[in-house]
Amino acid sequence: MRTWKFGDNIDTDAIIPGRYLVIYDPRTLASHAFEGTRNEFAAEVSEGDVIVAGRNFGCGSSREHAPLALSGAGIRFIIARSFARIFYRNAINVGLLPIVCSDADRIPDGSPLSVNPKEGYIECGGIQYPIEPVPAFLQEIVDAGGLVEYARSLPEVKTCTGSQ
Amino acid sequence: MAATLVEKIFSRRCGHPVRAGDVIMAPVDCAMIHDITGPLAVQKFREMGGKRVFDPEKIVLLFDHQIPADSLPAAENHVFMRRFAVEQNIHNLDIKEGICHQVVMERGRAGPGEIVVGADSHTCMYGAAGAFSTGIGSTDMGFVLKFGALYFRVPTTIRLEIEGAFCPRVGPKDLILAIAGEIGADGANYQALEFAGGTIETMDMAGRMTCCNMAVEMGAKAGIVPPDGITWEYLRARRQVNPFTLSSDRDAEFTSVHRFDAERLSPKVAVPHNVDQVVDVEKVAGTSIDQVFIGSCTNGRFEDLREAAEVLGNRSFHASVRVLVIPASRLEYLKALRAGLIEQFVAAGALVEAPCCGPCMGGAFGLLAPGEVSLSTSNRNFRGRQGSAESLVYLCSPATAAASAIRGEITDPREV
Ligand code: SF4
Repeated sequence: MRTWKFGDNIDTDAIIPGRYLVIYDPRTLASHAFEGTRNEFAAEVSEGDVIVAGRNFGCGSSREHAPLALSGAGIRFIIARSFARIFYRNAINVGLLPIVCSDADRIPDGSPLSVNPKEGYIECGGIQYPIEPVPAFLQEIVDAGGLVEYARSLPEVKTCTGSQ
Repeated sequence: MAATLVEKIFSRRCGHPVRAGDVIMAPVDCAMIHDITGPLAVQKFREMGGKRVFDPEKIVLLFDHQIPADSLPAAENHVFMRRFAVEQNIHNLDIKEGICHQVVMERGRAGPGEIVVGADSHTCMYGAAGAFSTGIGSTDMGFVLKFGALYFRVPTTIRLEIEGAFCPRVGPKDLILAIAGEIGADGANYQALEFAGGTIETMDMAGRMTCCNMAVEMGAKAGIVPPDGITWEYLRARRQVNPFTLSSDRDAEFTSVHRFDAERLSPKVAVPHNVDQVVDVEKVAGTSIDQVFIGSCTNGRFEDLREAAEVLGNRSFHASVRVLVIPASRLEYLKALRAGLIEQFVAAGALVEAPCCGPCMGGAFGLLAPGEVSLSTSNRNFRGRQGSAESLVYLCSPATAAASAIRGEITDPREV
């Protein structure tokens, strides 16, 4: 288990280039993750590795292929100072946990790290860093293991009734 | 209590006052899916136990990213989506109409006060019609296809007040690039961007679409223009309308208010590899270019093509540059064709392609080789966006693109 450190504004084109969007299988997508921008990632990533990034991780395209590629690569947690909106939700929907940590910059590349989402901290090099909790309305989806599982258990949804 | 435009939209649709920060399961008035994100959305819809979509009439389904099918997997995805459309009784626009966002707008499928989602990040463009519209992922779309509703956290709003008239050869694209430069790539994350002020009030729908389209480049959930006479007139030609007023209250609470002076804007260019890396064109003038792309959901409308054609006049494009012109939709293509613009571009040496996304996303034709430089009227210049990760993409207006294509290097459109 190691960390893969990235900078600010890592866009979903970098995570999975447009030419692979005809693919939907997570493992095949994983073999092209960060292709052209960080080639060693796909070759060396292993089950349980963690991505650590700066601000605005996952900005740009709404392609869900991006979190799928990362989950296909065995990533379960992404720690960043902040996430782009669509990616954040996509990640949770596919069962990948995006973790907001204002100290993400202090975690070095390649370091071992433990993630304790329930306890609200991550630990690296003997130091504990606090993390932000997932917004309450999304926690149910996280607990269900993703939106598909969550939706399967819903017979119907109650919308606020229209007032047109 | 004073409310923002976006708060009012959610309040109207929900029948009770809704504030920024509230999380609600809101009904969706229209949902758009295309060839790239659609197949995964359908797969998720099925995994969720979906049998029938919530309302086939409220779904816009088309193919625009990889058309005509440019690979076997793309062709298979199209077949998959065609079967789904038949099975669910959804009207399939297939490959015939053009880029999803333009098609939703020109068919009047997004209107003031409505909540619209699309499985594509630039869905925020329909804010030009006064809708709250936002891009979502495929699993969220699967949920929408099944239930016709989605969780939303009602966003706070950043208000942009723009005053003054543009100088010649400066326009909405330069404005939105300037705004992106100031707000930054994540400066509006999770928020709505409201465009207001005299410049917006007199701007045509094409320009408003260009501005709202790029709201997501600042992380925004939605871009929105308060509906006015221009909005209602645009919609009147496309659907039944019953005009009403919808705008932020004077004393509504905004996260921040930014003011821009359109008169003082010069042509802008976003340099590699981020949309917020914006400079005045003078700063990069002289940069040699290999390909110029005039098109995309940001700038592929008739007004954009006309602007480029005006700059071009009866000159030819530079011999060393490949110029790709791709109208945003079949209808925009027809307008350009009838106005003689297409002939003008072809005579000048451009390749005019049928309406589609083209090289914008780097998934179809027009890819860049390592070391190549593209100047593009689209909305993203991320590393590798239009092909090789070793290529460079600069973003600009149609006027700057045309001027540069004439000279073979990035050129100030006021100089040609
Ligand atoms: S033109 Fe470009 S930005 Fe617009 S929908 Fe197509 S790929 Fe996306």
